[in-house]
Amino acid sequence: MKHDQADIRVAISRLNLRYGAFHALKNVDMAILRRRITALIGPSGCGKSTLLRCLNRMNDLIPGVRIDGSVTIDGADIYAPGTDVCALRRKVGMVFQRPNPFPLSVRENVLFGLRVDGVKDRRRLEEALERSLRAAWLWDNLKDRLDTPALSMPLDQQQRLCIARLVTVEPEVILMDEPCSALDPIATAKVEELMLDLKKSYTIAIVTHNMQQAARISDVSGYMLLGEMVEIGPTARVFTSPEDKRTQDYISGRYG
Amino acid sequence: MERHFDEQLAELTLRLTKMSALAESMIGASIRMLVNRDASAAGAVMSQEEEVNRMQVEIDEMCLALIALHQPAARDLRFLIGAVKTNAELERLADQAVNICNKARRLAEEPPLGACDEIARMAEIAKSMLKDSLHAYVNIDKDRARDILPRDDELDALKARLTSELTERMAADPSSLRRAINLILVLRNIERIGDHATNIAENAIFVAEGRDVRHGKTADPRPRGQTKTWNLTPANGTGAG
Repeated sequence: MKHDQADIRVAISRLNLRYGAFHALKNVDMAILRRRITALIGPSGCGKSTLLRCLNRMNDLIPGVRIDGSVTIDGADIYAPGTDVCALRRKVGMVFQRPNPFPLSVRENVLFGLRVDGVKDRRRLEEALERSLRAAWLWDNLKDRLDTPALSMPLDQQQRLCIARLVTVEPEVILMDEPCSALDPIATAKVEELMLDLKKSYTIAIVTHNMQQAARISDVSGYMLLGEMVEIGPTARVFTSPEDKRTQDYISGRYG
Repeated sequence: MERHFDEQLAELTLRLTKMSALAESMIGASIRMLVNRDASAAGAVMSQEEEVNRMQVEIDEMCLALIALHQPAARDLRFLIGAVKTNAELERLADQAVNICNKARRLAEEPPLGACDEIARMAEIAKSMLKDSLHAYVNIDKDRARDILPRDDELDALKARLTSELTERMAADPSSLRRAINLILVLRNIERIGDHATNIAENAIFVAEGRDVRHGKTADPRPRGQTKTWNLTPANGTGAG
């Protein structure tokens, strides 16, 4: 796919990742567009989560990993020597498969990032709290229960709280790794609608096992197989007339 | 909960409505050409037809993508399948308007033969059927859809009467032959517009009730006891595994 440079938030070029002898990502090229949802689909073990984790350098934590190629965010190479990885992870936030709120109140979860930054201004904190909870569609539900323990909430609200917690620090990119796999269909629909709302302001990349979810919510879909990006393009095109036979087989349920 | 999918369905509805309005205006313009013996609107009708063709392709693409991306079920699925069929009806209906336009152009070059007022009356009925059937479709209004079906009979009766009058004219005055044949073809074009509108109304009933009311309007056209000749239940041992 050809894109206008101004639309590209993340550019990945000839990215290779090896765990010891295992070649997990092979020459991956892709662009993640501003204010769009990009979905990575493919069978288990195809490298889609690994690719997502390259975007905030979470794979750095794994011993024996070697990465080459480049990943730039707004033109800056995130693997360049001297990159502040903490600052990177603030810019590129992540939502995980299982909601992982801290064992704190709703309020303290949402404000965690700002507290770490040493923000003490009460008004600023209160404004951030309301803004983030509204962004995650939790404000009306929780505004009178801000001191409830986060872990006592239903799972979909916990997941949306994790999203609110991310939004507070105003990330540039939100990565989601199977964000709905622990949720039932109704809760999933709520998180999906939230994602569609969030993309008005954020760039989102999602890994999903649920092909239908990628179809419903993403603007761009990339199909991965055995560490390769087989095909990437506008979701409507990929799901109605994929160019690669392997994509065709996976999308139509003949493989994987 | 309002679904994002509903916004996309609303966009599809809007496009079908626009396409129908365009077809309706093409019918109106072609009939005015016929009545006023004025061919000057022909170019406009032709360019509207190009627009209709473009819309047909886009609406089909949109339905295909919505089915692929959302795996709709129940009424949403019927609505999308019905939209594909309605889209085809609209395009063919616009083609009938082009046919009328072409005949009007030819007839304007020859002395008048009359019958135009009654043809205009038929066209009004056909246009109202189109407008109401599309309205019934996009609003999934089965009562309004059912109201359209008798008007098709009215249209057919008018066409039969006018055809026999024109046939008598041809017999009495052979010099009227070419004009009368063109007018009879216009009657047929209008009748077909009514048929396409009726099909759209039947699509609306299908979406609303999940029942196929084509071919006889009330009963299943297949022989008694043989209501289904297909079976999609997987046979033992052939499931995915």
